[in-house]
Amino acid sequence: MVGTEAYIILSMILFILGAMGVLLQRNAILVFMSVELMLNAANLALVAFARQWNEVDGHVFVFFVITVAAAEVAVGLALIVAIFRTKQSINIDELHQMEG
Amino acid sequence: MQSLAQLAPLIILIPAIGAFINFFWGNTLGERFSALVGITASALTFVVAALLYLYLVNNDFTPAVINPPIIDTDWITLPGAGTVITWQTRVDTLSVTMMLFVTFVGTLIHIYASGYMHGDARFPRFFAYLNLFLTFMLILITGNNFLMMFVGWEGVGLCSYLLIGFWWDKAHGIGWKNANAARKAFIVNRIGDFGLLMAIFMMFWTFGTLDFFRPGEINNTEVVADHGAETGAAGEEDHGAEATPEGAGKVLAASEEGGEGEEEAHGVVIEPYSYLDEDVELRELGVFGQARRMLEDEEYEVDFGPFSLGIEATLVLITLFMLIGAAGKSAQIPLFVWLPDAMAGPTPVSALIHAATMVTAGVYMMVRANVFFSAAELTSFIVTLVGAGTAITAGFIAIGQFDIKRVLAYSTVSQLGFMVAAVGLGAYVAAMFHMVTHAFFKALLFLGSGSVIHGMEHGHHALHGYGRHDDHGHDDHGHDDHGHDDHAHDDAHALETEHAGDAQSRAIVVREEEFDPQDMRNMGGLSKKMPITYWTYLLGTLALAGIFPFAGFWSKDEILADAWLVGFEDNELKGFIALGLLLAAAGFTAFYMWRQIEMVFHGRPRTEAAEHAHESPPVMTIPLMILGFFSVVIGFINLPSDFFILSGLFGEHVFADFLEHSIAEFHLVTFQPLIAILALAIGLGAIFFARSIYGGVKAVNARRHDPLQDNPSFGAVWSLANARLYWDEIYFRLIENPFNRASRFLANVLDWNFFHDYFHNTVIYRGFHTTGKLLSKPVDLGLIDGLVNGVGWAARQISGGLRRVQTGYVRVYAVMLLLGVVAVVIIMLWPLIGN
Repeated sequence: MVGTEAYIILSMILFILGAMGVLLQRNAILVFMSVELMLNAANLALVAFARQWNEVDGHVFVFFVITVAAAEVAVGLALIVAIFRTKQSINIDELHQMEG
Repeated sequence: MQSLAQLAPLIILIPAIGAFINFFWGNTLGERFSALVGITASALTFVVAALLYLYLVNNDFTPAVINPPIIDTDWITLPGAGTVITWQTRVDTLSVTMMLFVTFVGTLIHIYASGYMHGDARFPRFFAYLNLFLTFMLILITGNNFLMMFVGWEGVGLCSYLLIGFWWDKAHGIGWKNANAARKAFIVNRIGDFGLLMAIFMMFWTFGTLDFFRPGEINNTEVVADHGAETGAAGEEDHGAEATPEGAGKVLAASEEGGEGEEEAHGVVIEPYSYLDEDVELRELGVFGQARRMLEDEEYEVDFGPFSLGIEATLVLITLFMLIGAAGKSAQIPLFVWLPDAMAGPTPVSALIHAATMVTAGVYMMVRANVFFSAAELTSFIVTLVGAGTAITAGFIAIGQFDIKRVLAYSTVSQLGFMVAAVGLGAYVAAMFHMVTHAFFKALLFLGSGSVIHGMEHGHHALHGYGRHDDHGHDDHGHDDHGHDDHAHDDAHALETEHAGDAQSRAIVVREEEFDPQDMRNMGGLSKKMPITYWTYLLGTLALAGIFPFAGFWSKDEILADAWLVGFEDNELKGFIALGLLLAAAGFTAFYMWRQIEMVFHGRPRTEAAEHAHESPPVMTIPLMILGFFSVVIGFINLPSDFFILSGLFGEHVFADFLEHSIAEFHLVTFQPLIAILALAIGLGAIFFARSIYGGVKAVNARRHDPLQDNPSFGAVWSLANARLYWDEIYFRLIENPFNRASRFLANVLDWNFFHDYFHNTVIYRGFHTTGKLLSKPVDLGLIDGLVNGVGWAARQISGGLRRVQTGYVRVYAVMLLLGVVAVVIIMLWPLIGN
């Protein structure tokens, strides 16, 4: 039986990888994938704790997160397509019209 | 039939509504309907006046006092003085006489004006003014107290001003002259109004009321059987007895209507009473009743604060002030100067306001106050002098005028002088009689002159087209008839020239480019071009000249006969003076009128415009014909007694019997053959004399001079008449010039030098400047601006710094988010870490 600590450490590693990806990648799709990675790291942590305490809440919560993530992906990808159509690029460093 | 008197307020209301409609919707209605509204309103007032006359006939001529249903409460109340001034209309024989001829002549003139003013840009406004004038004139006539009379008095003055200056916008300075004439009329009338106001104040102080008569009060006690028998007037008791109402006269007390319910309202019968009734308190009487009762008491004194006067002296003062008022409104010496200038207005206005109706208001007021005037000996004497003097002065001036309307204007002044003189002689009926006949034939003459001017205009325009005459303003109509009266002021004594002496040279110079359709020298031979105008004009002339049997003969003769009686029977000086002056004035009248006939209608046309003149449209000639008819027959309303067949046919003294219900003291005149023949001889002689001078083609000689002008014996006298006796110039020297100098002094020295240069510059300007500088530099610029600018600057700086945070790079936002989350987590976990 693997201990909860191991799951949490894996979850942390995944989260950090995701966060680094979001901060460092320029390609919007890769940023997106890193966001997914972070979401899944969180999911892992949730199920790990759910298993430890023998409760269903964690599992239910994970399903919600997956559902919301799917919706988010649909909207996000559509946005990316729209951006690409107008700018002919999905490099997020070129998208700074909101500069103050 | 009693309820007919209730219609009295309508006579004011109807023309007011007409004026209202034309003021606000006149332009939308268009010319035709706008004229229709005006004429209908005027005609309806005549109908109302006729119904009121019916009321009087059916009610034994008992006067009625009507409160209008809407304003049935009191008009002005002075609780402290316990005084109430009511807005009441009075229906008695005097006011109904005025109403009848004012509305009848007014209606005809409205109809005429619809033709005369055709095509004028302000056509609806003209009719609105005419109706407004009728409203005020009828307020003046129907009022039952002096204050209402004053309201009407001022109102007609206003309308007169508006209508004299109706063409204020004409080009070439003519509009300016018109406006000046209007102002002159208004200002001169102000002097008269001062007199009337003083009279009103004094009456109010003396009697505590301004009502002529209280409801139910009978004026002429001789007519009422109960009282008057012993004081019959001048041996005419039988007349008084004839007219005596059977049983008690019934007086409508419509004033009760508001308070006491409907049933009582209509049938309330007040027993007529007069000042002779002992049980009537003094203050229950109107001014005239009070005055008569006071006169009975020799000792009665009126307290004027620092001094007190006997009642007769008070009445003399009141009537003298009234005379000033009448001199202003009725154009008597010394205030007559405005009336000739008032001819600047459109001709229908001259006919209606400045000949037939408004100018008679002064005479009406004096006749209304007959009780005062017959009590005030001194005033009567002065009134006679003023009237007779005006009659002869104006008659003389009229001889030297070339402007067709100006001759008629002076003629009006002269005839008003006859009426005023009649008032002074105590011949109130004669004054009213002459007023009525004069209204008809003078309106006729003015309208006839308007028709002549109209024809001349057309003749002139037919000749030259109207390219040259765009100065007349509105050429957008098929034919241009806007040039009337342009030159009423052509020689209107431009006072600014100061040189009266050039009157003669002015008369000679006729500038070709300024054709004057009113100059009689440009006319001649119009009798064949305008036959209807000619024949009606002839009727008017004969009536005015006092030729038997036209209207003027009867009325003028009655005044002269009165003068004769006052002179030879009562041996009073004023009778002789009046007789002499008025006979001479009658001679002048016949002379200048025939001179006009010769110059305008006889001989050959002297200009091409006269050659091409043609008759006016029927809308203008039909009123002329109606007025012509009345100019012949209106005199039959008051034939003297014992006059051959006519007296039997039309009755004797019909008008006098009618008026005696309103006029207390008067004499009925028997026919004086000597005077009548003398007057007729003078009139006919003057006509033949005029014919011998001006007859045929002799009217104007080659140099456009009057034949008298070059005559060695008459030239100087004629020039004096032509220069209007330098009357205006004398006023200019004596009054205007000193006034102007005084005002210039006040303006330059006192106002400009002292107030502007010293007071304004030093005190106000410098003080203000210093304070302002102090406040502006340190306070405003330093403190207040610094504060406000500082706040703005700080906000700019802060936002400039914060702005940079917003880079637009998603990555930066993500880092921020992450750092934020880490910070939140650290804060949340802080207690755990601490442990």
